[in-house]
Amino acid sequence: MSAVIDTDHKGHGHAGDDHHHGPAKGLMRWVLTTNHKDIGTMYLWFSFAMFLLGGSMAMVIRAELFQPGLQIVQPEFFNQMTTMHGLIMVFGAVMPAFVGLANWMIPLMIGAPDMALPRMNNFSFWLLPAAFGLLVSTLFTAGGGPNFGWTFYAPLSTTYAPESVTFFIFAIHLMGISSIMGAINVVATILNLRAPGMTLMKMPLFVWTWLITAFLLIAVMPVLAGCVTMMLMDIHFGTSFFSAAGGGDPVLFQHVFWFFGHPEVYIMILPAFGAVSSIIPAFARKPLFGYTSMVYATASIAFLSFIVWAHHMFTVGIPLTGELFFMYATLLIAVPTGVKVFNWASTMWRGSMTFETPMLFAVAFVILFTIGGFSGLMLAIAPADFQYHDTYFVVAHFHYVLVPGAIFGIFASAYFWLPKWTGHMYDETLGKLHFWMSFIGMNMAFFPMHFVGLAGMPRRIPDYNMMFANFNMVSSIGAFMFGATQLLFLFIVIKCIRGGKPAAAKPWDGADGLEWTVPSPAPYHTFQTPPEVK
Amino acid sequence: MSEALGIRRLVLRLSLVVVAMFAFGFALVPIYDVMCQAFGINGKTAGAYSGAQVVDEQRQVRVQFLATNAAGMSWEFRAKADDLLVHPGGSNEMLFVAFNPTDRPMTAQAIPSVAPSKAAAFFHKTECFCFTQQVLQPGERIEMPVRFIVDRDLPADVHHLTLAYTLFDVTARKPPVAQVSQ
Amino acid sequence: MGLLLWLAFGAAQAEWGVNMAPGATEVSRSVFDLHMTIFWICVVIGVVVFGAMFWSMLIHRRSTGQEPAHFHESTTVEILWTVVPLVILVLMAIPATKTLIDIYDSSESELDIQITGYQWKWQYKYLGQDVEFFSNLTTPAEQINNKAEKGEHYLLEVDEPLVVPAGTKVRFLITSADVIHSWWVPALAVKKDAIPGFVNESWTRVDEPGLYRGQCAELCGKDHGFMPIVVEVKTKADFATWLAERKQASAAEKELTSKEWSQEELMARGEKTYNTTCAACHQASGEGLPPMFPALKGSAIATGPVEEHIGIVVNGKPGTSMAAFGKQLSEVDIAAIITYERNAWGNKVGDMVTPKDILTFKQAQE
Repeated sequence: MSAVIDTDHKGHGHAGDDHHHGPAKGLMRWVLTTNHKDIGTMYLWFSFAMFLLGGSMAMVIRAELFQPGLQIVQPEFFNQMTTMHGLIMVFGAVMPAFVGLANWMIPLMIGAPDMALPRMNNFSFWLLPAAFGLLVSTLFTAGGGPNFGWTFYAPLSTTYAPESVTFFIFAIHLMGISSIMGAINVVATILNLRAPGMTLMKMPLFVWTWLITAFLLIAVMPVLAGCVTMMLMDIHFGTSFFSAAGGGDPVLFQHVFWFFGHPEVYIMILPAFGAVSSIIPAFARKPLFGYTSMVYATASIAFLSFIVWAHHMFTVGIPLTGELFFMYATLLIAVPTGVKVFNWASTMWRGSMTFETPMLFAVAFVILFTIGGFSGLMLAIAPADFQYHDTYFVVAHFHYVLVPGAIFGIFASAYFWLPKWTGHMYDETLGKLHFWMSFIGMNMAFFPMHFVGLAGMPRRIPDYNMMFANFNMVSSIGAFMFGATQLLFLFIVIKCIRGGKPAAAKPWDGADGLEWTVPSPAPYHTFQTPPEVK
Repeated sequence: MSEALGIRRLVLRLSLVVVAMFAFGFALVPIYDVMCQAFGINGKTAGAYSGAQVVDEQRQVRVQFLATNAAGMSWEFRAKADDLLVHPGGSNEMLFVAFNPTDRPMTAQAIPSVAPSKAAAFFHKTECFCFTQQVLQPGERIEMPVRFIVDRDLPADVHHLTLAYTLFDVTARKPPVAQVSQ
Repeated sequence: MGLLLWLAFGAAQAEWGVNMAPGATEVSRSVFDLHMTIFWICVVIGVVVFGAMFWSMLIHRRSTGQEPAHFHESTTVEILWTVVPLVILVLMAIPATKTLIDIYDSSESELDIQITGYQWKWQYKYLGQDVEFFSNLTTPAEQINNKAEKGEHYLLEVDEPLVVPAGTKVRFLITSADVIHSWWVPALAVKKDAIPGFVNESWTRVDEPGLYRGQCAELCGKDHGFMPIVVEVKTKADFATWLAERKQASAAEKELTSKEWSQEELMARGEKTYNTTCAACHQASGEGLPPMFPALKGSAIATGPVEEHIGIVVNGKPGTSMAAFGKQLSEVDIAAIITYERNAWGNKVGDMVTPKDILTFKQAQE
């Protein structure tokens, strides 16, 4: 191994020995690559493609809900749209985006030359297009695609499901395997490849939150796999895990699903917590407040996520003691989450702030995620949940934590690290425009959902009474605006890749971390020799 | 390369965790059943009860009987009486009537459930037609007994409990893999 | 900004009707109180936290020449903002626990009603009273397809509401015949899942007579959005009268079976009943939604031997969504539907099935 840090740009590197050559040419570079940056890039593009696909399904949903009455689609297709929108956004857009960020940034942040298991890394990415190809293809089958909601409660998803459910199960298995391999890779990288001196408590929070996320993935994705395997056996092999007729129990399905499902919710938000914890200090020009407590808060959130699952099931008929336990445990989550919000606010306090696009997204993240947290607190109150459960109030709640939470976190990260990835600064004016349009569109789309939910509109319905009409129209307009704005993001990214003001190695004066010690764009190979961390 | 060795060992351990968690998903099934029967979650009752209890003559509880057909089930299915006043600890019997009006032999499985769910753990069936599947020939009519004891320790605030059966058509199902133990 | 919006709309809540309604029972009012309490606690926390953040964003900017401070931890502050939220949470949990215990009250009820969810309608059975009926959506397809003006209770109207007496504890035993549904009437604050094979319990005591509307709250397939619930609360006296009438009506229905029916009468009744019972799957046009829901127009069953047609309607078709309507509908309705199916949409079999035929068919089965 050479002792020279490779500083060559993509495609030109022959400076060192054989280990140092740059990427191969053409398509095979992407098919066969084991380079963490290439794979990270592919993950990010894939997730953005899925984001647009899942988003267009959301547009169909909002177009149908624009007015009362059935105008555009029939109920059975509407159900397929809500189901696919959920599945694609959760498993296709948010999770791969975080894996992409992890691939790109974790080696750069801990001073590692690559991920620990580069070939597996390639495989875990290429499983995803296969999985989603399979899933989306079911829409074109005779009985239609999955139509039982992304939570696929039995027996609607077993005895009463369309034929395509078997493809759906196989697709879930594939994406599960992909996520598990990705998670194992992340853990192996973080625990083994840190540069000398990079102790655990010196790692950037993004690395910490990803480490914890990876453990969550390893713990719960197999449970999901078990859950869909049981469905498969019920459908094809005559077992009765979830069918009362054979001595099974449909409620068991919900317990198994939410045992996976609740940690899954944190899988989709913890990496965003980490990214925002790097971005806010950078633009406040002040170190992160309470680093240690951030680490412990993340760990406690992860732990608590395993003992709160039944709060998704308050109406299935749980005994009083069960309801009380899950209500108290759920309320407890507010404590570590609160600590995080207070820490971010204190990091901003008495800083010297500027508001470039990443900071705008990060601040919006903190505020809007907190609003989602408030509605979460309300939902945790079991007796009140009897009124909120399965209404648009819940839809508003989880879109407030997922859109400004996960998605804004990803946008903030993308803008923050785009200069490092491409070597160019993105167009700041367009970036700000993207932010404000997204911010306004998102609030317009999801805030009124609180109202219609409280007024009594159930979720997953294609048509509604006129008393919900006004707010639904506002919601739809907001959603169209939010959706259209994302094409602007595509434009900004392409523009940034193709050119723009050259970015310095450290384009943000307040930023901190090893990733800013390598040039921009980051060379194909970095940290062949581990850096020293003081 | 101790680093490579370390990675290999770690990956091996993590893979074991993955396998263990996959198995845990399946283990949730029996765990759930035990929890349900211990705490009466979902109104599930335990299998055949073989204990005997002293009758509490002081207290009376109303037991109500429901018979429901699952979708696609065309049998006539009902309890012979709407309800029964019983003393906790005493043994009681209720007959259910089933009739197959179709022109083909059919197999049915009755699934019991008790409300309120907190009473389920205190409801013991000593004999029940739901322990086995019922086969009726075309036009056949039978009376099926359930014998039960309401536990003396039934919480004082429960005055009234409901035993509900749902009858499922299992003719087309493959032979049961797991014996129904309700 | 979101918070400001929330507040702005909050003030206008009364006129806009966008908040939860206090409802019609003691339980629903205490749930409403709880909801408002937690809401205002969240608002106060929000004002403090967001206030600090906005202040900081306005003042602590580089453009105002602010020099960044360097503090990055303070054990005192961190302990404080762990403990204070914990205390607030305990304060929230106390009233919540109290309300929950009230909801789980299992004292004796005066009336028991079994509620069974079907795809996509509800069945109500007054236990021990020999009264049971299905409750179907009555909103006409023309309104749903925007060919007619939508009525005030669009999608929230049924042919037969659940009728309960005021001021009486009514116990609901909720179950399902197919998939999971959820019976929800906001004004009663009752939402309980209907689970096939299992029975769930809930109860209500409504103070004032009135009409209360709700909907199925758990995704249950295609027409999940089209299975409303209407609860009509009557005074105790009115309820007793209604119940007596209901009992008579079911006896009268038996008599109808022996009446002489004309083809026109059966077709008219058949069209009406078909549209409430069958059209959800087989469509008003008879074209169905293949492959899940086959077409009846020109189908082998609807134009073939009449016995097979009666058989499938009465006994259903195992393994499919086709239910056994023999027990769900009266003989008159089944006869009317079959007559209609055999003579509508260009199916010109020309025969007529009378209620007597159905009765004979059923008796032959016995």
